[in-house]
Amino acid sequence: MRLKPFERVITEHGDVVLRVLRGVVGPLDADDCWQETFIAALRAYPTLRPDSNVRGWLVTIAHHKAIDLIRGRARHGVASLVDVAQVADAVSPPQQRHVADVADEVAGVVDGAILWAAVGALPEKQRLAVAYRYGADLSYADVATLLACTEAAARRSAFEGIRTLRTSPDMTVDVLNDAGGRS
Amino acid sequence: MRDLVSLRRDLALRAAAEGLLDVGYDEVDSPYGRLLVCATHQGVVRVAFATEDHTAILDDLATRVSPRVMAAPGRVESARRELGEYFDGTRQTFEVEVDWRLSRGFRRDALAAVARVPYGRTATYAEVAEAAGNVRAVRAAGSACATNPVPIVVPCHRVLRTGGGLGGYLGGLDVKRALLDLELRAT
Repeated sequence: MRLKPFERVITEHGDVVLRVLRGVVGPLDADDCWQETFIAALRAYPTLRPDSNVRGWLVTIAHHKAIDLIRGRARHGVASLVDVAQVADAVSPPQQRHVADVADEVAGVVDGAILWAAVGALPEKQRLAVAYRYGADLSYADVATLLACTEAAARRSAFEGIRTLRTSPDMTVDVLNDAGGRS
Repeated sequence: MRDLVSLRRDLALRAAAEGLLDVGYDEVDSPYGRLLVCATHQGVVRVAFATEDHTAILDDLATRVSPRVMAAPGRVESARRELGEYFDGTRQTFEVEVDWRLSRGFRRDALAAVARVPYGRTATYAEVAEAAGNVRAVRAAGSACATNPVPIVVPCHRVLRTGGGLGGYLGGLDVKRALLDLELRAT
């Protein structure tokens, strides 16, 4: 087995990585993080074992880039992970949703602005677990590796994240109101 | 927030700027269909006709040159311009650098000899063999031309059989004939 042209790696996984990053760091910073992720991946690519799980490898790199960014923000006192103004237009009215529906929605449209807002508002571990499990479709074993926890803990974080998402629109609206009257 | 197309375009530019673009490629329009043009840091490494399997060619480059292969119109810009001028009949010699790494040994010597055949002229496989330093290696000169990784830029279409027969051409004999006609008309 041989490594394929890097261009095909981008074609096959570029959108998943972007979706995951939008969930993890928010839509604005996702662009830069995506570039950083793929430049780092391109640099290391020739040494990747050809039978590797390429998507898992990319999401791992993206994870490190996202964590760097999040730590950097914390240092600079930026509290919110989501650009509130950008999300404001797209947030739908609060409604009751079932866990399964929310999970489907995360899997299908982490792109959807509701979920940027809602996923972005989750505690870090839940946010990452939801993005990697449902955004990138990684196994819980892979998620656990990324989060440096047990598989059971990863499963619990994703579950709790999804449960929070089910009731999150209220919280999201509050965040938006706080941000200056856009609703 | 930007779309993936523009993110990918910027990624290719940045990869080139950081020296990570080992092979950049793009398709280039020609009167004979879309050519695939691939270039390394050193120069044009591969030109493929529309009739060839471009996916397989990129796979091969990923194995033989580097897996850091990306679509990068900027990398092949000068080749695109010179090829356009050549097809218009306004360019007789290519100035883009050629990366010869896909050819080795006698084949490489033979292609170096082919590169010296002037615009609008022809040579025979026997003459190429002799110029490459082995008068008896006529068949090897033929196979060097048949497997030329950089056709048109390295003008293997100017090499004919002794006696004037057209010989072979990877892009098809129609293309070989058309290129020879183009060069005769323009001189």
